[in-house]
Amino acid sequence: MSETIERNRPVISKKIDKFFVGLADAFNFVKRFFQEVWFPPYEFKEILRQCYEIGYRSLPLISLTGFIVGIVFTNQSRPSLSEFGAASWLPALISIAIIRAMGPLVTALIAAGKVGSSIGAEIGSMKVTEQIDAMEVSAINPFKYLVVTRTIATTLMIPILVLYVDFVALMGSFINVNQNELVSLSTFFVQVFEAVSFLDVFSSIIKSLVFGFTIGIVGCYKGYNSSNGTEGVGKAANASVVMSMFLIFIEELLALQIVNAIRYA
Amino acid sequence: MHSDYTEKVVEIRGLKKSFDENHVLKGVDLDLFKSENLVVLGKSGSGKSVLIKLMVGLLRQDEGTIKILGKDTEKLKLKELNKLRLKIGFAFQASALYDSMTVRENLEFPLTRNIKGLTRKEINLKVEGLLDSVGLPNTINQMPAELSGGQKKRIGIARTLILEPEIMLYDEPTAGLDPTTCIDINNLINQVREEYNTSSIVITHDLTCAKVTGDRMAVLIEGQFEAVGTFDEVFTTASDPKIKSFYDYNFIK
Repeated sequence: MSETIERNRPVISKKIDKFFVGLADAFNFVKRFFQEVWFPPYEFKEILRQCYEIGYRSLPLISLTGFIVGIVFTNQSRPSLSEFGAASWLPALISIAIIRAMGPLVTALIAAGKVGSSIGAEIGSMKVTEQIDAMEVSAINPFKYLVVTRTIATTLMIPILVLYVDFVALMGSFINVNQNELVSLSTFFVQVFEAVSFLDVFSSIIKSLVFGFTIGIVGCYKGYNSSNGTEGVGKAANASVVMSMFLIFIEELLALQIVNAIRYA
Repeated sequence: MHSDYTEKVVEIRGLKKSFDENHVLKGVDLDLFKSENLVVLGKSGSGKSVLIKLMVGLLRQDEGTIKILGKDTEKLKLKELNKLRLKIGFAFQASALYDSMTVRENLEFPLTRNIKGLTRKEINLKVEGLLDSVGLPNTINQMPAELSGGQKKRIGIARTLILEPEIMLYDEPTAGLDPTTCIDINNLINQVREEYNTSSIVITHDLTCAKVTGDRMAVLIEGQFEAVGTFDEVFTTASDPKIKSFYDYNFIK
């Protein structure tokens, strides 16, 4: 009887069920992270290794992207400002845009693609080849060793990468401004620091911590729950990127509302 | 072969496990005695691997009890279950070696996580000794990707032995290997029993492996044990057509 009812249930109802089950599952995964993160073993060595993988190994791509963003954004903004005779405001405009939004967002999106996918694929492949089960039967907590370490590493490294990208993008912007407006390095950075407030930098760092946590936990969640062999690994990597990016944009929107509420309170 | 078994190290009663509508185990009873090699035979998908995964708590049973070394696994808290897991070695079908670690690190990993205060010299001695005993001392600095299927199986077995378990669970130890390597693995399973005095459950559908390594056979068909006994008892005099066909297929009759 119940089997017949289940079979005849509309597809949309099954999909809604699946969505909420998935949501509860993800919530429990995040809850487990916060339960386990405080207790030993702390796996410092593995956290350091992951920081190196996530932070240092991302530097070439992040540097190039940050530098190009700085140059392109400056170049694209110049005509509009020049129209109002305000080209001298370029350093202020660029610094605000980069520190408040572009730096964290660009870094997080690149990290979601590079780091998130690699975490999803690595843990996914460990799952389908029973390496996670092998840890469990050896009385090793795989959640702690794989999930907690990687999530801590992304949470710590993304803000550092964001500060680095801010700097590299501003240098890119400076080169462009220097060539066109003949502004010196010191004048450029005096304008930058005059325009940027403590709240801008502080909110950017807090936001980056949230982005980093999102990239780590989503990559781990998708990898940890992958199935169906190598196809599942590919799907886990892909889903890590898509879900991280989606959440990063939502978080950016929320952060903007919160910071504006504080700024104009 | 050992013949007198009195002390039970594993006692399974009325074990049931389903995955949605698929009833994999339908009330299984099984005993494993100390120093015994018990072979669980059955075709693919018959629930052999599920049985040993239930034993180590990788899956949870729907009904029934599993007592290992006198402890009911379902009633154990995670900490107690982990203590029990240290006494059980699980050799996975695909070896499950950690890809990102060398052979040395693969063997050290469970050792250093579970036994604190070991010196570097003690760790090295143990790792090198085990690699010697599985006949692969030269692979110590190699990555799993550089090893052959048979070598991976041997390292996988060595990794489980590093914690000196009392019970060994082998999941399809000869699957996907050439006949010569199968012989090596079968000999290794017997060697492990002799050297480490382990009791073992060998999951396989390879009758040669079963005959060489097993003291007793248990044939799992459609979620239940159809026959339990020595190889001769189960197969030579088999009248059940399902068991007979299994035997005939393996020995190409």
